[in-house]
Amino acid sequence: MHLVTAIIRPERLDFVKKALEDQGFYGMTITEVRGRGEQKGIALQFRGGTMSVDMLPKCRVEVAVADGLVDTAIQAICSAARTGKVGDGKIFVLPIARTVRVRTGEEIL
Amino acid sequence: MALDTGATAWILASTALVMLMTPGVGFFYGGMVRRKNLISMIALSFIAFALASVQWVVAGYSLSFGPDIGGLIGGLDFLGLSGIGMDAGEGTYPPILFVMWQLVFATVALAILTSAVAERVKLSSFLVLGLLWTTLVYDPLAHWAWGGGWAMSLGALDFAGGTVVHISSGFGALALALVIGKRVGYGEHSFEPTSIPITLLGAGLLWFGWFGFNSGSALAADGLAANAFLVTNTAAAIGALTWLAASWIHGKPSSLGFVSGGIAGLVAITPAAGYVGVPASLAIGAVAGLLCYGCMLLRLRVGFDESLDAWAIHGMGGLWGALATGIFASTAINDYPGLLEGSTTQFVNNLLGAVAAVVWAFGVTFVIAWVIKQTMGLRVTEEEEYVGLDIAQHGERAIT
Repeated sequence: MHLVTAIIRPERLDFVKKALEDQGFYGMTITEVRGRGEQKGIALQFRGGTMSVDMLPKCRVEVAVADGLVDTAIQAICSAARTGKVGDGKIFVLPIARTVRVRTGEEIL
Repeated sequence: MALDTGATAWILASTALVMLMTPGVGFFYGGMVRRKNLISMIALSFIAFALASVQWVVAGYSLSFGPDIGGLIGGLDFLGLSGIGMDAGEGTYPPILFVMWQLVFATVALAILTSAVAERVKLSSFLVLGLLWTTLVYDPLAHWAWGGGWAMSLGALDFAGGTVVHISSGFGALALALVIGKRVGYGEHSFEPTSIPITLLGAGLLWFGWFGFNSGSALAADGLAANAFLVTNTAAAIGALTWLAASWIHGKPSSLGFVSGGIAGLVAITPAAGYVGVPASLAIGAVAGLLCYGCMLLRLRVGFDESLDAWAIHGMGGLWGALATGIFASTAINDYPGLLEGSTTQFVNNLLGAVAAVVWAFGVTFVIAWVIKQTMGLRVTEEEEYVGLDIAQHGERAIT
C-alpha cells in the first residue's frame, strides 16, 4: 500500500473529497495545516499597515491506497485541486510498511 | 408639553439597548457562516449600522417623519435635521432624542437584510444597495406606519416595528436572495458553521436589546412599558421552547434551533407588545416558534439559499405578529379591541398594513437588487467566493 499525502487549497477540499469518493476512495484523514511553497506568501492589512503572511492555510489530505490505484488517486486529486495558479499544492507518495486495523488487530494488505 | 425626565431617561437607555442589536445580528449570523466569512458577516452588520446612521440624519428621518405627502412619504422639511430641537415640543421628550431612537431601528433592519447575501456579496455593491434600500424600502414603510402615512391613518397597529423592521427586512431578503442567487456549492457541499457559541452570543445580545426595542416603544416609563417588557420576554421564552420541541421530533434539539425560536417569538410579539397581555403573548410566541421553524424547513426543502433565514424568522414571524396583533389586541391593555373582543376592523386594518408592506418590501428590493446586479454586479468572483470574503474583501483573517 501507499500513503498519498496531498497538500491542497482549503477551498478545493470539498471537490477533492468528492473526486476521491467518485473513484471509490472513502477512507481519508484531513488536517488543517499551514505552510508555504515557492510563493512568498500574501500581504494582509493590519491596523493601517501590512502584515506579511508567509505560512498560508492549507489542507492536508491523506489516503492509504492499494498499489495499483495510486495513479488513479493522484489523478483524482490533481484534477479536483487544480486552479492553475501558484499555490495549488503538492502530492507526496510514501510506501506503507504495514497497516493494522485497531478494532480487530488484523493486517490489511 | 413639559419634558418628562422619566420618559426621556428610559428612551435614552432603550436607544442604547436597541443599538446593541445591530452587532448582535452580526454575531448571530457570523457564527452560522463558514470560518472564511466570519469577519465579513459581522462587519456587514457594523457597516449597515454606520451607513443607515448617516443616511438617517441626512435624509432618512425627514423622509420617514417629515410632513406627510399623500400618505406615502414624508417631506424634506427636516433634511439634515433642520428645525429638530432639544426642548420637548408636542411630546414629553426631546424631538432630537426621537431622531436617535428611530435611527437604531433603521440600522437593525438593514443588518437583518444581510442574511440574503451572506458569503457572496461584493462590499462596494452592498454599500450602494444598503443606501438605496434604507431610503426606498425602509423610510417609506416607517412613514406609512409611524410617520403619519396611510397605514397609520387607517389604524393599522405596529407597536415596535413588526411590519416596519421585520416584514421589510424579511421579505426584502427573500427578493434579494432570488436576485443574487445561491452560494457556489450550495446543496452540493456541507457548509459548516464557524462557531455556534458566537451565534448564541449574538442571540443573547438580541434578546437583551429587544427589551429596549419593545418596551422603549411605549415612549414612556410607565405600566405600558412594563407590560411590553414582560410580554416580550414571555413570547421569546415560549417561542424558543416550541421550536426546540418541534426540532426534537425531527432529530436532536439543537441550541441553534432554540435561540432561533426565541428570536421568532421576539419578532412576532414586536408589533403586539403594547396591545396584548401575557396570555396572548404565550400564544403568539408559541405559534411563532412552530411557524418559523416550518418556514425554514420549507426553504431548505426547495433548496433556496436565503442563507440565514431572515425571511423565515423575520418575514414570516413579522407577518404572523401583525395578524396576531389584530387578533389578540385587548382593551384591558390599550385602547384597541382585536378579533377576540369582536372587532374585525382592527384585524382587517392590520392585514392590509402587513400585506402592503410585504408587497412593497419584496417588489422594491427586487428592483433595486436587479438594477445593481445589471450595473455594478452584486457578487464577488467565484474564486474570491472560494477563498472567502474575509481575505478577498477585507484582507483579514478571523482565526489564525
